[in-house]
Amino acid sequence: MGLIIKEKEFVIPGDVIAEGIDYLPAGGVFREKDKIIAEQIGIVNIDNRLIKLIPLTGVYKPKPGDVVIGQVVNISFNGWSVDIGFSNLALLSVRDATSEFIERKSDLSRYFDFDDYIVAKISNVGKGNLIDLTMKGHGLEKLHNGRVIDVSPSKVPRIIGKQGSMINTLKTLSNCMVQVGQNGKVWISGENSERLIEAIRLIERESHIPGLTEKIERLLGSSGGEQ
Amino acid sequence: MYSKRIDGREFDELRKIEAKVGVVESADGSAMFRIGDTIAIAAVRGPRDLHPKFMQNPKRGTLRCNYNMMSFSVDERIRPGPSRRSREISLVTENALMPAVDLSDFPNSVVDVFVEIVQADAGTRCAGICAASLALADAGIPMRDMVCAISVGKVGDKILVDLNKYEEDYEEGSSDMPVAMMPRRNEISLLQLDGEIKKDEIVKALELAKKSCEKILEIQRKVLMEKYKHG
Repeated sequence: MGLIIKEKEFVIPGDVIAEGIDYLPAGGVFREKDKIIAEQIGIVNIDNRLIKLIPLTGVYKPKPGDVVIGQVVNISFNGWSVDIGFSNLALLSVRDATSEFIERKSDLSRYFDFDDYIVAKISNVGKGNLIDLTMKGHGLEKLHNGRVIDVSPSKVPRIIGKQGSMINTLKTLSNCMVQVGQNGKVWISGENSERLIEAIRLIERESHIPGLTEKIERLLGSSGGEQ
Repeated sequence: MYSKRIDGREFDELRKIEAKVGVVESADGSAMFRIGDTIAIAAVRGPRDLHPKFMQNPKRGTLRCNYNMMSFSVDERIRPGPSRRSREISLVTENALMPAVDLSDFPNSVVDVFVEIVQADAGTRCAGICAASLALADAGIPMRDMVCAISVGKVGDKILVDLNKYEEDYEEGSSDMPVAMMPRRNEISLLQLDGEIKKDEIVKALELAKKSCEKILEIQRKVLMEKYKHG
């Protein structure tokens, strides 16, 4: 009965985390009879009676409310299909795309064309993985210029940092514009982007080692000195 | 009489196992599994869109396995490309992994598992399943349990574990039984038999397989930890 694996311990799929009905399974774990079992590689996180797994690997799983960066791959008569790095495409309907009035039968590519990157929010994830996007909200827009790089979705919280501390450090030190999507796509625009990408890769690689912020500051700070 | 094994192992001793996770950079998850002179590399891609569309399942995702022996993996070059044997092993690998993965969150998509045998010295399908299981975990596919596989059998008059090529072709007769297990659930997901073996000997062999699978699980856990522990 009770916990078998303690908080912050490493688990692999099939590990029994707790026995008995005192705990409830949340993300990354499941219940089988009276046992709670991990289904991914991750770190155990216990919040009161809730057992959750912080996954260390895996593809992006869309959740309503996530702000993501996607690429327009198709234009249909009533909206756009957007690749957000998931197995299914997300749909952005004309109604949710802009506050402007769009006349029927007008050319939708005027707003978003093929291969355009957009920042959008997931408004709904329906059955069968039908994902609805919306562009209504602060900071949701089409991305111009810049480049988009892929990072592991499990490292996104680390790139953003506590209350956005890391991302603010990145922005101020590199003088670049940065936009991070929950789906692991990072949009960067600015002159010093090479150095910034290096910094992001460093975060990805060494997200577990303490003193990361100082390291980033040193990496980006030195480039600032050259200019 | 087969009183001593050709490579000097105990009858319940496995060959030397070596494993590594993340060997194929372009894949979402990958692993290498080496047991003795048998080397398997598995790569997992997905969940991703499944085409042709009629194969899609709107209730849950599909698992698709492909087993392939490289032309240089055996002494005499084998013709590259799919064969009757590789089709069969692809199918049994898929069925061995299916009960362990949970794809209900990925309707209409597919998870592709590619198993390549780089070097073969008996027990390739077992090595392939062990590698595939590691690769699936590396890709972050939700899994009910890990899958471990090992071959057991009877060589001459002895029940033993992890046959090598010489033992598989032993002239006084041998039988070879690949077994895949989910160690926590204590379930068997693959059981094949080539040769003749008595009923009570099967029970004994399966006991041996269970013990060996637990050893393999420990190795799988160790290599996954090595990659992720600090992450």
